[in-house]
Amino acid sequence: MIVAKGLSKVYGEFRAVDGIDFEVHRGESFGILGPNGAGKSTTMKMIAAVSKRTDGELTILGKDPNLKGPEIRAHLGVVPQKDLLDRELKAWENLYIYGRYFGLSKKFLKPKVEEMLAFAQLEEKRNSKVEEMSGGMQRRLAIARGLINEPEILLLDEPTTGLDPQARHVLWDRLFRLKENGVTTVITTHYMDEAEQLCDRLVVMDKGKIMAEGTPAGLIKDYSSKEVLEVRFGTDRNEATAPQLATIAERIEVLPDRILVYVEDGDAALEKIHALGLRPVTSLVRRSSLEDVFLRLTGRSLVD
Amino acid sequence: MITSIATSMAVRIAEKRAGKFGSGVYSGRAGQLVERNFLAFKSSNWLVVISGFVEPVFYLLAFGLGIGKLIGGVTDGSGHTVSYAQYIVPALLATSAMNGAIYDSTWNVFFKMHFGKIYQAMLATSLGSLDVALGEIGWALLRGLTYSIGFMLVVAPMGLIPSWWGLLAIPGATLIAFGFASVGMGMTSFMKNFHQMDWINFFMLPMFLFSGTFYPISVFPEWIQWIIRALPLNQAVELIRGLTLGNLNLAMAGHALYFVVMIAAGLFFTTKRLTALFMS
Amino acid sequence: MSDLKFVPGQAVNVRHAMRVGAFRVAEYRLRNMAKWWDAIIAFGIGNPVLYLVSVGIGIGALVDHSTGGHGIGGVSYLQFVAPALLASAAMQGMSDEVTFPVLEGFTWSKYFFAIGGTVISPKQIVNGIYLAAFVRGIWTVLTYGLILLAFQAIPMVSFFPLILSSLLAGCGWTAVMMAVSAHIKDDDGFFAIIGRFVIAPMFLFSGTFYPLSQMPIYLQWIGWISPLWHSTDVGRVLTIGQPTQPWLMVVHFAYFVAMFIGGFAFTYPVFARRLAE
Repeated sequence: MIVAKGLSKVYGEFRAVDGIDFEVHRGESFGILGPNGAGKSTTMKMIAAVSKRTDGELTILGKDPNLKGPEIRAHLGVVPQKDLLDRELKAWENLYIYGRYFGLSKKFLKPKVEEMLAFAQLEEKRNSKVEEMSGGMQRRLAIARGLINEPEILLLDEPTTGLDPQARHVLWDRLFRLKENGVTTVITTHYMDEAEQLCDRLVVMDKGKIMAEGTPAGLIKDYSSKEVLEVRFGTDRNEATAPQLATIAERIEVLPDRILVYVEDGDAALEKIHALGLRPVTSLVRRSSLEDVFLRLTGRSLVD
Repeated sequence: MITSIATSMAVRIAEKRAGKFGSGVYSGRAGQLVERNFLAFKSSNWLVVISGFVEPVFYLLAFGLGIGKLIGGVTDGSGHTVSYAQYIVPALLATSAMNGAIYDSTWNVFFKMHFGKIYQAMLATSLGSLDVALGEIGWALLRGLTYSIGFMLVVAPMGLIPSWWGLLAIPGATLIAFGFASVGMGMTSFMKNFHQMDWINFFMLPMFLFSGTFYPISVFPEWIQWIIRALPLNQAVELIRGLTLGNLNLAMAGHALYFVVMIAAGLFFTTKRLTALFMS
Repeated sequence: MSDLKFVPGQAVNVRHAMRVGAFRVAEYRLRNMAKWWDAIIAFGIGNPVLYLVSVGIGIGALVDHSTGGHGIGGVSYLQFVAPALLASAAMQGMSDEVTFPVLEGFTWSKYFFAIGGTVISPKQIVNGIYLAAFVRGIWTVLTYGLILLAFQAIPMVSFFPLILSSLLAGCGWTAVMMAVSAHIKDDDGFFAIIGRFVIAPMFLFSGTFYPLSQMPIYLQWIGWISPLWHSTDVGRVLTIGQPTQPWLMVVHFAYFVAMFIGGFAFTYPVFARRLAE
């Protein structure tokens, strides 16, 4: 569906996207994970066929976006980061008018709008203006709008940023249903739990480059250990304790407030630490996540 | 250090006022709001500030010079013939006082209420709703005063203010602005969207055209004249015109009283409304 | 709970969608305008009536009286001012429908970026916005023209040529204002500045209320560059038989066309650039 080779976008001196390669297959849910400013949104705009690439190759649905922008966009659904809804219009009008931009007929859109309102669980808000809706509702409306043209690919830029936990889960449920229905989705996010929930396959981006690619489980397997032991000794003593901990683990990361100890068995490692005569203030054993993958790849946290 | 001084001061002021009448809505700190507006104003676009001053000058040039040639003289209230430019200068001064006050107290306030949400933050502190009302209006008056003085500095050397009483036109214009700003802010607190705001302009235009600004209202039938006399802009124009042309009469006291009533009523409703909106 | 069932990529007829893009943007704008229908109708009718009563009965009485009942050039003051008021209303009404929407689309709600994500091209957005403004222009000149007729401010025979020439002036001016709005990054007092430094002087110094020749020569240039003067001059030839030269009429219309072409030429690339940001 989407093929990128050496794809680059340069603003003046700044290389926002710096020669990336990836492919997205039909029916797949593909994620682009990275911190703010990694080049995710720029990549997304190029895939959405609104921003022209500086260098490299990009084909979407077999076409070059620089030449066939409107034809490609006809089969894309876009959910922008800032919903970009028309605040003067009611919920149903936002859906209807957007469908009209795709040349869709009134006859087609009438039932379609109701179907999308039901999908977004917004039937009761049908006649509400956008400003009368919560952030989660606005985001669901934006997703419904992106689907009004029955797109082949749905692009979601940071779909749950700024939403409360409950609204996120409602949204994930809706997106999961879409995936089951065979819609190809591309999602950018800086939340690793979101990437783990929604993506079949993902790339990790940092500073305009792709650092790694794979399934969430595969990436964790390749770049991290099975479990992580988090220990805190107090801000001033973490640094000093680190060399001793290094002896019992495959790898450790010293963060300002805590030390991450990468091991196959967290509880066993904690016992070894006690055996060394060390007394951490707090300790926690958890499974490795994409956050750890990112830390390994870049030496930095995803969300700071 | 600074914060603790500020806090203890705020507490002191609050304690001092606690027993007094109206302490729920007024903390004696309206000046804070004027100060905030001044800070915001310093970083705003200077062209906008200057533009408020040039508007009446443009009208004076166009009507005074242009139509003035077509018209010659106009007979003022006490039977003297004055030049057309002398006739419209006080009207322009009154109109620009009105426009400035209405703009500051309607559009600006509307934006702050609905987009900036500044008032919610302010009223969460020790400021009361009357502080907010007085502060906003005080700010509108400061700007209006500056414009009036600027306009007078242009027209007086041109001989368009024949009487020394004209000096009183500056405080007169401020009184007028106070009246319009109080009522304007009160009305704005009831507005829900831009659509309704548009209607303010709808009523401003006829007031501007018919209030004896560009021609004496005696051209209209008697019953229309009475309607016009009831409009605030006509009251304002008559007050300022009496001063700049030096035709003092008892009716002017009535005009001034009209604005005092406007101020009192406007402040009363604005305070009540802001309290209902943000503090209940 | 409801599920979606559709075959991805079947609903849109791409060629049809690309063909009707501009009309669909106009449809959106008109639907948006319709939310303000009461204000648009009230202003469309109220504004001319108020101006005509005020100017006709008020200032007109003063002018006609002091010129011994001859008005200006042998016609009443109301008849003299009528073409200028009509042209001014057309320009203002039409340009309002490009300035605010363009700022809204790029700066306030950024809604243009949502449209830009669909089949519609930047050029079609421009055309659609303009088309909707044109509809507003037609409504404005028709109502204003009819009210002028009712006040006997213009002769019947000049009705159609007059509203047409005013509409042309409105079209030229609106294209220019669209280009200006497209260049605005944030509105930091933009409308106050345009209103007071451009629109107010244009309204006042374009020979609107008295012949341009009566103004001091150092202010007359405002009239020469003002589309309102060009339109007013055409209008006075049509309604009150003001003498003219063929070349001057050519200049007037060439000016409208130049504004129209220039406005679009400076709008298209800005839309294309900003939407790709």
